[in-house]
Amino acid sequence: MITVAIERDAEDVREYIDVASPAHPSLIDTDRVLADRYNMVNVPTVVWIDEQGRIVRPNDIAFTTEAGGNYANVSTDDQMQLLRDWVRGDLEAKSPSEVRALQSLPSADDQFARAHFGLGNWLWREGRGEAAARHFTRGGDLAPHDFMIRRGTMRMVGQDPFGDPFREMVTAWRDAGNDYYHPLPSSRRGREGQDDTAR
Amino acid sequence: MTAFTILGEGSAVEVDASTDGGPVRLSVEGVERALGWELQEEGFCLGPVCYPVPPDTDLVTDAGVDLVGLATLIDRPIALDETEHAAYLGVSACERSRELELLYAPDFTVPDLDGEPHSLSDHRGKKVLLVAYASW
Repeated sequence: MITVAIERDAEDVREYIDVASPAHPSLIDTDRVLADRYNMVNVPTVVWIDEQGRIVRPNDIAFTTEAGGNYANVSTDDQMQLLRDWVRGDLEAKSPSEVRALQSLPSADDQFARAHFGLGNWLWREGRGEAAARHFTRGGDLAPHDFMIRRGTMRMVGQDPFGDPFREMVTAWRDAGNDYYHPLPSSRRGREGQDDTAR
Repeated sequence: MTAFTILGEGSAVEVDASTDGGPVRLSVEGVERALGWELQEEGFCLGPVCYPVPPDTDLVTDAGVDLVGLATLIDRPIALDETEHAAYLGVSACERSRELELLYAPDFTVPDLDGEPHSLSDHRGKKVLLVAYASW
């Protein structure tokens, strides 16, 4: 296992990592390197990678707590069972085309949004907060489903990512008929009869 | 001429730019220094790849190279801030999609809490559960 914290600064997670003192590599990504490479738009996102370095299960939303699972409508038990089966080698491998069908690829606007994040992130580090905020907003406008940008920059502009601005953002997003999390079909609760699209 | 910062993933290069009125323009040398693209007879080239300069455009003038026009030509998403004198050039959706569709997990190198860099490729030969999380 490799964990990567997507943060503005390592100090945002130092205390959690110190308490957990993990045996696996526990890394910090302050540049959204993973988001860009893997087209991740929210956290927590997991990817399964096999011994040859191939993606065998693309971006999925995963929680270890029941509360998290409830919020994302994800069956944590099913996910954990699948993961165990894969690690033990008891899971039938998906064909490349089956894996691709579960992938979500970035649009041109997604990549423009990430460029605005990159510019804003640099401006923020330079102490030019107001200019940074403009580019975070522009990024969020270009890719409104990208919560790495919309929620992940809230602290950088003085907003509480667990407070009212966040709740209002998610409520508006959901009221417009969108999902905040996009777990893979096999992770969803009551998935029978659901359509098989992943984002 | 103003100093302008050209950003990419993990890079920041300062070059001179002209910003009066029209599009932000860099010198041909500035483009090469900041982005690696060279203006040759064939067009703008990076290694073996060349894009012809479209005729009848003002991409390249005596005043320099239109930065946004160049980004479009070489298919790089750009975020530009004229007031802050900085621009970020990202990686195109095409390039990222091609990498992802190959199903080879894109490699990355990021630090741990001590600043020690780690790469995904260090773990080849083992199954990896990659977990991206955050405190927010």
